[in-house]
Amino acid sequence: MNAANPFAPAAYELKKGRSMFAARWTTQLISFLLLVPVAWLLWMITDRAWPALSWAYLTTDVSGSGAVGGIWGPLAGTFYLTLLCLVIVAPIGILAGIYINEYAPDNKLTRSIMVAVTSLAGVPSIVHALFGLGAFIATMHMGKGMLTAAMTLSVMTLPVIITSTREALAGVPTNFREACWNLGASKWQTIRTIVLPNSFGGILTGVILVIARAAGETAPIMFMGAVTFVPIAKEGFERLVPYGINDEFMAMSNHLNLICKDIPGMSEHMKFGSAFVLLVLILTINGAASIVRSHLRRRKRW
Amino acid sequence: MSQHIEFRDVSVHYGSKKALDEITLSAAKNTVFAIVGPANSGKTTLLKTLNRTIDFITSARVTGEVRISGEEVREMKNVYALRRRIGMVFPLPVGLPLTVYDNVAYAPRRMGIHGKSDLDAIVERCLRDSVLWDEVKDRLDLLGTRLSGGQQQRLTLARALSLDPELLCLDEFSIAIDPVTTMKIEEVLTRLKAKMTIILVTNLTQQARRMADKVAFINDSQLVEWGDTEKMFTNPDKEITGRYLNGDFG
Repeated sequence: MNAANPFAPAAYELKKGRSMFAARWTTQLISFLLLVPVAWLLWMITDRAWPALSWAYLTTDVSGSGAVGGIWGPLAGTFYLTLLCLVIVAPIGILAGIYINEYAPDNKLTRSIMVAVTSLAGVPSIVHALFGLGAFIATMHMGKGMLTAAMTLSVMTLPVIITSTREALAGVPTNFREACWNLGASKWQTIRTIVLPNSFGGILTGVILVIARAAGETAPIMFMGAVTFVPIAKEGFERLVPYGINDEFMAMSNHLNLICKDIPGMSEHMKFGSAFVLLVLILTINGAASIVRSHLRRRKRW
Repeated sequence: MSQHIEFRDVSVHYGSKKALDEITLSAAKNTVFAIVGPANSGKTTLLKTLNRTIDFITSARVTGEVRISGEEVREMKNVYALRRRIGMVFPLPVGLPLTVYDNVAYAPRRMGIHGKSDLDAIVERCLRDSVLWDEVKDRLDLLGTRLSGGQQQRLTLARALSLDPELLCLDEFSIAIDPVTTMKIEEVLTRLKAKMTIILVTNLTQQARRMADKVAFINDSQLVEWGDTEKMFTNPDKEITGRYLNGDFG
């Protein structure tokens, strides 16, 4: 011990201090490095897309195989495709999540359902595409088009929504359910009045993540009726809703894939313009999910 | 004398573990029946066989007879109607994530009572009976989960009273409540006895002595003995009963 300063650090404390310092700064540096690719990507895309971007770019038809004109066709296609997918997957996924968390007994069957859900989440999207082709087109003899594409996306996103619903429901304490059962409320009354209102935020987050996923995928839709070009009406209702439920359609992800790969002499601006719009669309949806989540967390009721 | 609540040879197993071993006892209408015994001796399990919330525990197996007014509860078709006849208060206070008002009005609403004046009357009566009214009457729109532990416990009691049950089961209701409020609730319970039978599971043997007409002592899943309160405290058949009730057990 140092007589002059009884509080001077001992040798082992100095060593501990140095390793603490090293650990802190290494982890911090690595974390900050993560920002670099994100910032770079955003800058690169925005910079190159900028000249192409305008309101007209969003609302004009694709022409010259995407070399000139705008992206109205694919944009509308992605919107309706995602909407259709959501209409199919949200009720199925949420109801399945409710069953698994609230009703299913803890037995082999339930556990195998959960294994199936987890496995489904791990299947690559191109395999989902082939499944869609085999199941809906070859076996069920449905035509290629928006409906079969949306159904394929639904199968792909089902695990996301089931898992997030289940986790949201599991976040509601069992005490609340037991209190309701003790009052003579049925399981469904308990779910409707206590469980669902308090897990709404988590379920909604799952739904929004599904939107982002469905809007961004290419593989599952390119065998299922997403095509290079579909002429669409110039005005009227069919301008706003350009595709029927069984029509072939354009979509942002597929459009981007095509103009980057198959069309020679495509200007950089048009490629990056499409990429920018798709990216902003998905980031906005994800952002909305975060806002909803944090808003609902703030008014958490227990 | 007709018995309101009857247990006959009731055994409960959780998997291979025995939680209750051939319990036989009965409580007359409009009496307070206290059940005392150390932790983990099966007291709560016994209450759960009454309103059949034990059905939710998949590993639980119940044998024997559990009767309310002579009717075997496990033969009742409408388990919800059964639960509405029984007010249950478990030791952990649970304020539902609803307002204080909606907490108390929850069960009546599920029964189809929606008139504002009807609900207002129920809410006030139950909150008064659970000695919570004065503390919350000006903030009935506060979330039940925001109340203190003791207040939530009384809110749980108010909810249990909201359907005018014929049987009230209180499992350690006073665990989070201060002695003064506990005494007030005990006064209310003494008054409520005219309307309902009360089963009181308690760790406070003096509370059992103050309140109960009959006392049962359960130890290690078995009913040691039961009988009139005075006899149980002053002249029990088994030595262990006297030692437990007088506080020099073990």
